[in-house]
Amino acid sequence: MTAVITGTHFLTGNDAAAEGAISAGCRFFAGYPITPSTEIAERVSRRFPQIGGSYIQMEDEIASMCAILGASWAGVKSMTATSGPGYSLMLENIGLGVMMETPTVVVNVQRGSPSTGIPTSVGQSDVMQARWGSHGDYEVIAISPNCPQECYDFLIKAFNFSEQYRVPVTVLMDECVSHMSEKVVIPKEEEIKLFNRKKPKDKPEKHLPFKPDKDMIPPMAAAGEGYKIHVTGLTHDYKGYPVMSAECHEPLVRRLCDKIRNNVKKITLIEEYKTDDADVLVIAFGAVSRSAMTAVKIARERGEKVGLLRLITIWPFPDHVIQAYAQKVKGFVVAEINYGQVLYEVQRCARTDNVVAHVPLTGGRLHSPEEILDGIKEAGK
Amino acid sequence: MSMEFDVDYEYQDRCMYMAESHPSDEMLRDDRIPHIWCTGCGCGEIISTYIEAVKELDINPDKVAIVSGIGCIGRAAGYLKFDSFHTTHGRAIPFATGLKVARPELDVSVISGDGDLFAIGGNHIIHAARRNMDILVICSNNYTYGMTGGQFSPATPIDSFTTTTPYGNCERPFNLCDLLASAGAAYVARWTSIHVRRLQKSIKEALTKKGFRFIEVLTPCPTGFGRRNKMGTAIDTSKFYQDHGKIDHGADTRDVRLEDPLSDFSIGTFVDLDKETYLEAKERIFSREVKK
Repeated sequence: MTAVITGTHFLTGNDAAAEGAISAGCRFFAGYPITPSTEIAERVSRRFPQIGGSYIQMEDEIASMCAILGASWAGVKSMTATSGPGYSLMLENIGLGVMMETPTVVVNVQRGSPSTGIPTSVGQSDVMQARWGSHGDYEVIAISPNCPQECYDFLIKAFNFSEQYRVPVTVLMDECVSHMSEKVVIPKEEEIKLFNRKKPKDKPEKHLPFKPDKDMIPPMAAAGEGYKIHVTGLTHDYKGYPVMSAECHEPLVRRLCDKIRNNVKKITLIEEYKTDDADVLVIAFGAVSRSAMTAVKIARERGEKVGLLRLITIWPFPDHVIQAYAQKVKGFVVAEINYGQVLYEVQRCARTDNVVAHVPLTGGRLHSPEEILDGIKEAGK
Repeated sequence: MSMEFDVDYEYQDRCMYMAESHPSDEMLRDDRIPHIWCTGCGCGEIISTYIEAVKELDINPDKVAIVSGIGCIGRAAGYLKFDSFHTTHGRAIPFATGLKVARPELDVSVISGDGDLFAIGGNHIIHAARRNMDILVICSNNYTYGMTGGQFSPATPIDSFTTTTPYGNCERPFNLCDLLASAGAAYVARWTSIHVRRLQKSIKEALTKKGFRFIEVLTPCPTGFGRRNKMGTAIDTSKFYQDHGKIDHGADTRDVRLEDPLSDFSIGTFVDLDKETYLEAKERIFSREVKK
């Protein structure tokens, strides 16, 4: 059985995400069953043994997150998949992954929340927890697909980002995208561009595992390669040794944040539709962007100058994109399945005289285009 | 008289008592010394016996990985010169599981404490034993949370005094060895930090075996626990361990409960089974079902 199943398939978002991970070279998955993400674990558990990968079902999501960090330090690309409640449990160790600069991918198929919420229906309310959920100052990357093809493509992107920036990357899917079935084209293996982590070139006795290169990212040795690295969640120096001083802490935490912040433009992925002459810009991501597209098309048919900005990279937030549009448009419409999360980011980047209309839903269903059209009306006033 | 003030006593002391190197230097991060452990702590014996065991077995140190959680003994990973990972509180075992399953040629050992492994990490350790996961777990049991100043742990005997049981502990401790034996561990032993030769032999034995192996090591914590519980100095506690630890290999783990820190207790190898490990089962099932 080949790893990359080149060809045209009819797949759900969850199945496409599993295949995207496999195409990206992921060979370790630790997870815990949770609706609506479980099909990813099911597909991986069937596929990995065929291609030399390891699937392990852990006792909870905390263990799953720790296991994928361990596997990444063994030199193997690793991932897990979960939903809101499981993601909450993973957050302490996503912070460990940030501090240890461990490349790994976490798929969060969002459902109606808070708490157990509506496990079988759509939600988009983990946006802020993906950014701020772990304690301390840190920066992560989160990207959001809106169709099964993108679930495949963006899993590869997520792995590439995680390997390049040595950071846990979250793929913010939602129940709607995860369970819809569409055409997914899987390219030939040689056409897939993969980024693999930088390996150290110096001798083990001279190697400083946390000394960054000019790009602020240190090369990464794996366990068993003779480097005898020490890796800790404590504040550490270039050797990886704990140092309990502000002098060591300050540059470390700044670098962990700045290696992402300084590359926002490279990490930003967006889709723009009829935005050139738009007076009103609809901002949406994930499944909602599909309703938003219909709403924008209806508005255009009516002769209204409305465009769609679909956020693919949610974190780091593309401030520069919103700020540029703020100079051109009259108002924004933020449509999302939560009671105000991306809204605050848009308000932060907007000019004071921009109208920022909000079309929230708290979960359980998708927006109708008409609901978004109401928002467009409000923003155009 | 003035001559006396010219003598550098400190330098003299260093010359007299400090050797240039230590026999374990090749496997110790000597640039991390001095360590943080208190005088009389039993953590040092665990890392020195571990190093000696690795040396005697002639294991390639490049293929040894140490994972620890948080706590006094959690710092062991930082002193041992292998690939070493100091993870979050309670999570050493799942991290080690990922490391081992992804790279099976590594000898992965978890060195951590009773609070880390059995309170916050309690769910992980029973599941690792159930899977017969191919890792060695060495637990420094000092009856207390030493790093935070001596609170009661799931291994603290009933009636003991700690900073959070000022009137005495109302809770009963886990019988660590029995818990893991019933969860499915392949190897379960208990020693103390005074039994260095036997502990070293036990670590050697465990390192040559596969599956889930567990060694409980009773260690004195004179600073955090001993002084509040009439155990005297570390030397008194060690002497007590020497006199009252009764070797009872193969003992039924139900009978080895540590009820009272001041009465006789069993030490020895309690469980030593050859049973299919997680990685062996994985190989057997996948070669049958997938490769044909």
